[in-house]
Amino acid sequence: MDTILEMRSISKSFPGVKALDEVSFQVARGEIHALVGENGAGKSTLMKVLSGVYPHGSYDGDIVFDGEVMRFGGIADSEKRGIIIIHQELALIPLLSIAENLFLGNEIARNGVIDWHETFSRTGELLDKVGLEENPAALVDTLGVGKQQLVEIAKALSKKVRLLILDEPTAALQENDSQKLLDLLLELKEHGITSILISHKLNEIKHVADTITVLRDGATVSTLKAETGEVTEDRIVHDMVGRDMANRYPPRVPRIGETLLEVEGWNVWHPLHTERQVIRELSLRVAAGEVVGIAGLMGSGRTEFAMSLFGGSYGRNISGQARLRGQVLDLSSVSAAVAGGLAYVTEDRKALGLVLEEDILRNTTLANLKAVSRYGVIDGAQERSVAEDYRQQLGIRTPSVFQKVVNLSGGNQQKVVLSKWLFAGPEVLILDEPTRGIDVGAKYEIYGIINALAERGKGVIMISSEMPELLGMCDRIYVMKEGALVGELPAREASQEKIMSMIIKG
Amino acid sequence: MSQSSKAKTFMANHLREYGMLLALVAIMAFFQIVTDGTLLRPVNITNLFLQNSYIIIMALGMLLVIVAGHIDLSVGSVVGFIGALAAVMTVEWGMHPLAVIPVCLIVGTLIGAAQGYWVAYWKIPSFIVTLAGMLVFRGATLWLLAGQSIGPFPRSFQALSTGFIPDVFGLDKPNLTAIIIGILLAGTILAMALRGRARQQRHGTDDEPLVFFMAKNGLIALAIIYISYLLATFRGLPNVLITMAALIAVYAFLTENTTIGRRIYALGGNAKAARLSGINTERLTFLTFANMGLLAALAGLIFAARLNTATPKAGVAFELDVIAAVFIGGASMSGGVGKVIGAVVGAFIMGVMNNGMSILGIGIDYQQVIKGLVLLAAVIFDVYNKSKQR
Repeated sequence: MDTILEMRSISKSFPGVKALDEVSFQVARGEIHALVGENGAGKSTLMKVLSGVYPHGSYDGDIVFDGEVMRFGGIADSEKRGIIIIHQELALIPLLSIAENLFLGNEIARNGVIDWHETFSRTGELLDKVGLEENPAALVDTLGVGKQQLVEIAKALSKKVRLLILDEPTAALQENDSQKLLDLLLELKEHGITSILISHKLNEIKHVADTITVLRDGATVSTLKAETGEVTEDRIVHDMVGRDMANRYPPRVPRIGETLLEVEGWNVWHPLHTERQVIRELSLRVAAGEVVGIAGLMGSGRTEFAMSLFGGSYGRNISGQARLRGQVLDLSSVSAAVAGGLAYVTEDRKALGLVLEEDILRNTTLANLKAVSRYGVIDGAQERSVAEDYRQQLGIRTPSVFQKVVNLSGGNQQKVVLSKWLFAGPEVLILDEPTRGIDVGAKYEIYGIINALAERGKGVIMISSEMPELLGMCDRIYVMKEGALVGELPAREASQEKIMSMIIKG
Repeated sequence: MSQSSKAKTFMANHLREYGMLLALVAIMAFFQIVTDGTLLRPVNITNLFLQNSYIIIMALGMLLVIVAGHIDLSVGSVVGFIGALAAVMTVEWGMHPLAVIPVCLIVGTLIGAAQGYWVAYWKIPSFIVTLAGMLVFRGATLWLLAGQSIGPFPRSFQALSTGFIPDVFGLDKPNLTAIIIGILLAGTILAMALRGRARQQRHGTDDEPLVFFMAKNGLIALAIIYISYLLATFRGLPNVLITMAALIAVYAFLTENTTIGRRIYALGGNAKAARLSGINTERLTFLTFANMGLLAALAGLIFAARLNTATPKAGVAFELDVIAAVFIGGASMSGGVGKVIGAVVGAFIMGVMNNGMSILGIGIDYQQVIKGLVLLAAVIFDVYNKSKQR
């Protein structure tokens, strides 16, 4: 086999997490190689190591490209070798033209003066190659996502690409745009360009890929060859999810009571692209003492649903009804939603959950200052005893509640966010990725807190990209895809295979 | 923890607060010496308060605006505009000051509210909105005054700034009322500090070493009594000092002990998190600007009363002094950080330097340069401190 790229036992750690563990990965010259795995399996991290986003020295192992060991100090080094990555969030400047975008940072210029004639004619050639019929002077802003994707590929071609990496290129595309893009990949292959395709869409992978590598929990699970006929969706799904789940979740005997929250016909449109519907006719319910999961891939609209429900914190033209114990909820503002008995624990605790430069005490009481004040004056002693209470209850490990939260570990920060929302006294809590970015021990404690909430008769909606976590914690699981629910499973009937195939096929 | 290491960690955590106070004391001592004692003469102390009262009053509002993550460049023009409005109403229309003052305060609040509306509900950057306000109200001032100065004000209006609390004991000098108020104030501050400390000890959260506590509060009490004695030997306590002290107390309480104060800090620290905690961030932003307008109007009245005339140039560049005072006082440009006492001390540092340099006859050119460098140094000190902690 003529190998263009070999990554040898790559390991990469972040504080508290081992993202890649001795991953080996080989790409043959001129093939389309698909890289698949669950969210958090390590695909993006591996590609960031390859492209120099994580420079040489920040990981262990070797990258061999064209028979030479590479030591990339940054993206510029890998691009010089012709390794070009196209990210899921496109890196185009919306208010510059196609031509300007194509040669950004790489301008055709003499002594700093741009040769526009040459720029436009080269742009025309490149657009021909990717089959995009647009004026090179058109602003990128005016193009749809599919066409922008093609501009990105044209940009890669302008840099003499030899290995093209596409990170979920079709995630935001319509069916026919996806087809065009895949055809283009096949065409580029004819011209000798090797591609790595990261995707969740197994039908597409089967259509174009020569080889498939499956990653799971930061390790290579299997490498499958299309020509041998071993590539089936069932095999890929099995390799993606199969793992041991014993004893990672504290036990709980469900005692499910009356229905607490019912959402019916929930619709939300995108706040900026007003023609895009983000949530479609979504209906769900949660009962007292029940933990309900929402499974789905990133971008399936789970967070958007939760935030739109929580006082319209996301989206516009929100319609639908939510009832708590049969009473219609006023969800016109966050404070109304909180007063109605909802709490939303964000997936992004640093940006949306905490005031980082303030202490645990102030963060704990922020959503319910009324309870520790009279006539708008805060009772310092009462506030302190509240914060102290939650610190002990949830096991926040710090010497005092006067510690700034910016100095806490991820797990402790998450407990502070939970404290804040527990103190607000909700009936239903929506937990969005409650264990993201925290270590195993702290995860277990968070699970314990969730169980305790259910046992106290609260309703819990748990959004998570880690399927084992949903299977281990929930009584019932909804599966979400592209803004709509595509399935509902009682936990005892659910399995990762079932959920994954609902997402992929549904 | 040993006594000395406890003192060390405490110092590290509170270097900024003590540093500011020490800097003020050092600057005062320096000018006291080089001006051969002129700085602390009763007449000069009185002047110092009269000269800086409007800056300090505005710094209280500006602190809230800056803590909320914004800026208000229009306050200097609002000072001029309100002064002009007051002059037109009292001098030209012959209205009574007791009617003029509330009208002016309401107009100021409305000006702040109008600017806050665009910032809060339309998300237009405060820098731009208030830059526009700065131009608009400077122009409006010129228009109101038709380019002329209007004055003088009636005596009852002047009392806003240059009036003094009369001595109830009928003694002439020293003014016994002033001394008694000073002692009472010092006693109250001491009592509150002691109570707070006792409370902290009950909860086991006292981290301030006893020596520091005694030294700090003792010095503050002594300083207050000494200054009130100095003032007593001149004409007593200026009205404006009372106004200012009351406002400082109110705003210190507001920022430290009320829910609205707490929410402003949260808003400036992380607006998105504050929103998702159910805080009405728009209304809060709106209110901080309305409040700033109110205080700028009060400052405008005091300034006009002090000059005894409204001029088109009144308040020019005041916004810079006010903003500088807040930043010298330790507030952060990105919001969420800053204390009322810091802003007040920052304003005094600027004020004492202005005053001291003027006594020495240093030209306005050098004064500007030195003030600029002090501002830069204070902020560099902050940034350095922060980077060392991390």
